[in-house]
Amino acid sequence: MASRLGWSAISLAVFVAVWWVIALAHGDFRLLPTPPLVIDALVVTAKSGALFYNLLVTLARVAASFLLAMTLGSALGILLGMSRTADRLIGPWVVLFLNLPALVIIILCYVWFGLIESAAVAAVAINKIPNVAVTLREGAASLSRDLAEMAAVYGFGPWKTLRHVILPQLAPFFAAAARSGLALVWKIVLVVELLGRPNGVGFELQTAFQLFDVATILAYAFAFGFIVQAIELGIIQPWEQAANRWRR
Amino acid sequence: MTGLVVEIGEKAFPGASGGANPPLYKDFRLEIADRAFVALLGPSGLGKTTLLNMIAGVDKAFTGRLDFTNGRRPRISYVFQSPRLLPWRTVLQNVALPLPQGADSLKRARAAIADVGLAGSEDVYPERLSLGMQRRVALARGFAVEPELLLMDEPFVSLDEANTAKLHDLLNDLIAARPTTTLFVTHDSREAVRLADRIVVLEGPPARIARDITVPLTREARRIPGEIERVRDLVVGRLQSVAAVNG
Repeated sequence: MASRLGWSAISLAVFVAVWWVIALAHGDFRLLPTPPLVIDALVVTAKSGALFYNLLVTLARVAASFLLAMTLGSALGILLGMSRTADRLIGPWVVLFLNLPALVIIILCYVWFGLIESAAVAAVAINKIPNVAVTLREGAASLSRDLAEMAAVYGFGPWKTLRHVILPQLAPFFAAAARSGLALVWKIVLVVELLGRPNGVGFELQTAFQLFDVATILAYAFAFGFIVQAIELGIIQPWEQAANRWRR
Repeated sequence: MTGLVVEIGEKAFPGASGGANPPLYKDFRLEIADRAFVALLGPSGLGKTTLLNMIAGVDKAFTGRLDFTNGRRPRISYVFQSPRLLPWRTVLQNVALPLPQGADSLKRARAAIADVGLAGSEDVYPERLSLGMQRRVALARGFAVEPELLLMDEPFVSLDEANTAKLHDLLNDLIAARPTTTLFVTHDSREAVRLADRIVVLEGPPARIARDITVPLTREARRIPGEIERVRDLVVGRLQSVAAVNG
């Protein structure tokens, strides 16, 4: 773990160094600011309170649409994996939505439901649900019949069966869906904010774009990237390790 | 406790092309007395496991009926051919999960684990145990629920002789301590004689009862190879006439 962190630090330091050199060589700091200029921009927005407010707003939208997409997508995926009839009936819809561009869904949600918070969250969730469903469908289709029979013979009942037999088998699929989901959701949330919300990181990026303020754009991008990385390291990976304790 | 009457009108698995395979069972009937230890002996592929699955209620795709002499569905334990433990739950949790929840369940599970000689391994995950030990956990789980009907499907297959002998003794002890109606599937006639007080030899397909033999051995006699061989002669059909008298 320590050496892995060490390598990550070296790798990131090289990235910053390369960026710095290119910025200096290019010379136009408005187009490509150096790292210290980005940190300055970060400090300025942080001091005004805008950074934390907008990060929080965006994070709340990410959390809401992520939870919504994971819940509905998992339920749908498990249904499709367990019932062949359901898969035949609804499976093609999933493929359709999987290939529908995110922008189309966002625009339609705003047009049909208005420029409101729930439309924004719904648009992001709808974009993510098919991905979760496809992943969990694989998981549900590969559930062990042997263990299901065991649970039935020993009278586990639905709750015990779900908790001790089914969910542990689905855990790796949940982790995969959560990981790819987090990355996708926060990118789409920014687009949703850019198109129709009066706050959040996406809105701030748009403002900075209109002002040609590349330093602020980079400041927000790094701040948010850092938070997502922290969620991955602080929540998803420890949970995955705990869930995999039993493996040899 | 319960006895059991199995009547199967027909049982066939669907074929690959959609049609039905020739039936595994046709007009089959088997009666098992209360607290009997019956071994079902026959070549693999005959449908012995299928019969256990039908009795256990996990295979419902057949015509026929199951009659339990106590009039209701008994508490069933099924020790499968593979241990079928939950790899993400500890030994203790695996044994305790089938028990009705309560303060008592952990105590009962611990006792069952101790009975199979695994005290101290309660908090281990099953995949860290050897196959022989996993089979013991499966046995502990089967006994912890205090079954009225115990179904066993070659539970000791692929173990070495010393381990198998140990588990045979263990099974004898457990059943002596807590009598239960037992249906034990095996293709090993020595194992059948060693454990059962009645051996039903199946032939087919479709499966039919070729011989039905009472094993007249005491617990002590079952440890004597000569005695086992004597009964085995009946079982494998080398002494047809005596078997017929017995059946």
